[in-house]
Amino acid sequence: MTWKLDSDRPIYAQLLEQIQMQIVSGQYPSGSKLPSVRELAAHAGVNPNTMQKALAELERVGLIQTMRTAGRFVTEDTLLIQNIRQSLAREQLAGFFQNMRQLGYQKEEILSFLKATYEEG
Amino acid sequence: MNYLLEANCLYKRYDSKKAPALNGLTLNIPSGRIVGLLGPNGSGKTTFIKLINGLLTPTSGTVTIGGMTPGTQTKSLISYLPERTCLQSSMKIEELVSFFADFYPDFSSEKAYHMFSSLHINPSDKLKTLSKGTREKVQLILVMSRDAQLYILDEPIAGVDPAARDYILKTIISNYNENATILISTHLISDIENILDDVIFIREGNVFLYASAEAIREEKGKSLDAYFREVFTC
Repeated sequence: MTWKLDSDRPIYAQLLEQIQMQIVSGQYPSGSKLPSVRELAAHAGVNPNTMQKALAELERVGLIQTMRTAGRFVTEDTLLIQNIRQSLAREQLAGFFQNMRQLGYQKEEILSFLKATYEEG
Repeated sequence: MNYLLEANCLYKRYDSKKAPALNGLTLNIPSGRIVGLLGPNGSGKTTFIKLINGLLTPTSGTVTIGGMTPGTQTKSLISYLPERTCLQSSMKIEELVSFFADFYPDFSSEKAYHMFSSLHINPSDKLKTLSKGTREKVQLILVMSRDAQLYILDEPIAGVDPAARDYILKTIISNYNENATILISTHLISDIENILDDVIFIREGNVFLYASAEAIREEKGKSLDAYFREVFTC
C-alpha cells in the first residue's frame, strides 16, 4: 500500500483516514497486530510523532488497542469496524448524489443510470 | 523546562558597515523534535549553525547546548553536517569510517556500512572518485551513524537524486534516537516537510515564526512550501 499525502492538509488527519481505510477494508484484519510507529512512519515518509498522533486518535475511537508490551492491535470489535465502514460508505454515496445533482440529474434518473451502468459491467 | 538548545539575543556582525547576519535571535529547541530551519538566502541560517558548532563566536548574546557553551564537550553531543565537504578527498570510504569511529565513541560502523550497501556505495572507493551526489550521501551517512543528541544538517540533500532522497529521509526517520533532535536547514521544503515536527522561519537574522508544521497546515490551509513562498515573496 502506498500512502498518498497532500501537504496542504494536516498530515495526521490524512494518516488517520488512510489507516482507518486499511482497517475497514480488511488489509489490517480485526485482531491483527499493526507495525510499530517507526515502521509505519518510515513507510509513509512522515515524522514518527505525527504517526503517533494519528494512532492515538484511532485508539480514542476504539479502532486500535495498545497492549502494554506486545504493541498495537486492531480491535476485535467487528461491529465497530462495520459501523465505521457503513458511515464511510454513506459519505461516499452522499458525495456521489450531490455531484450527480450538480450535473442536473433527478433522483429517479440517477437510480436508473446507476442500474444501467451496473448491468453493463 | 530545560531545552536542548537555547539561543539568547544572538547577535553576529561580520562587517561594521553592513547589517548584522544575526540580529538578536532568541529561540529554544527541545529534545526529540525534527525541526526545519528555513529562510531565504542570506537570512542567517548558516551563521546560526556555525555559532552552535563553535565555528564562529557571537558578537554578543549566548548559545548553549545541553546547558553548555559550544566547546569540546558540546561537540560530543552534536553531529554536524556542514554545507561544504570537510573530509579528506584522497581517503577511501572505509578509512573515513575508521576515522569517524576513532573520533566519536557514539559512532556505529555497522550502521554506516549497512547504509552504504543499501545505496550501492563501495566502501573501498576513494572519496574524490565519486560524483557530487554520492559524496554528499557518504557524508550524510557518516553523520547519521552517530548516536548524538543533536544532529545539525546544513543543506543535506541538495545534490542527491529524488529516489536516494526518499531513502535518506526514511533512514533518518527509522534510525534517529527519539530523544534526539534534528535541525535541518534546506531550501527543498516540499521534499522534507512531511517529516518535520516544527518549523523555524528566519528572516534578516531574526526568528520570523517558530511553529508546529501541522499548525501551519491547519491555520493557513497551505503546505509549508506554499506558505514559505507567500512569506518570502520577492
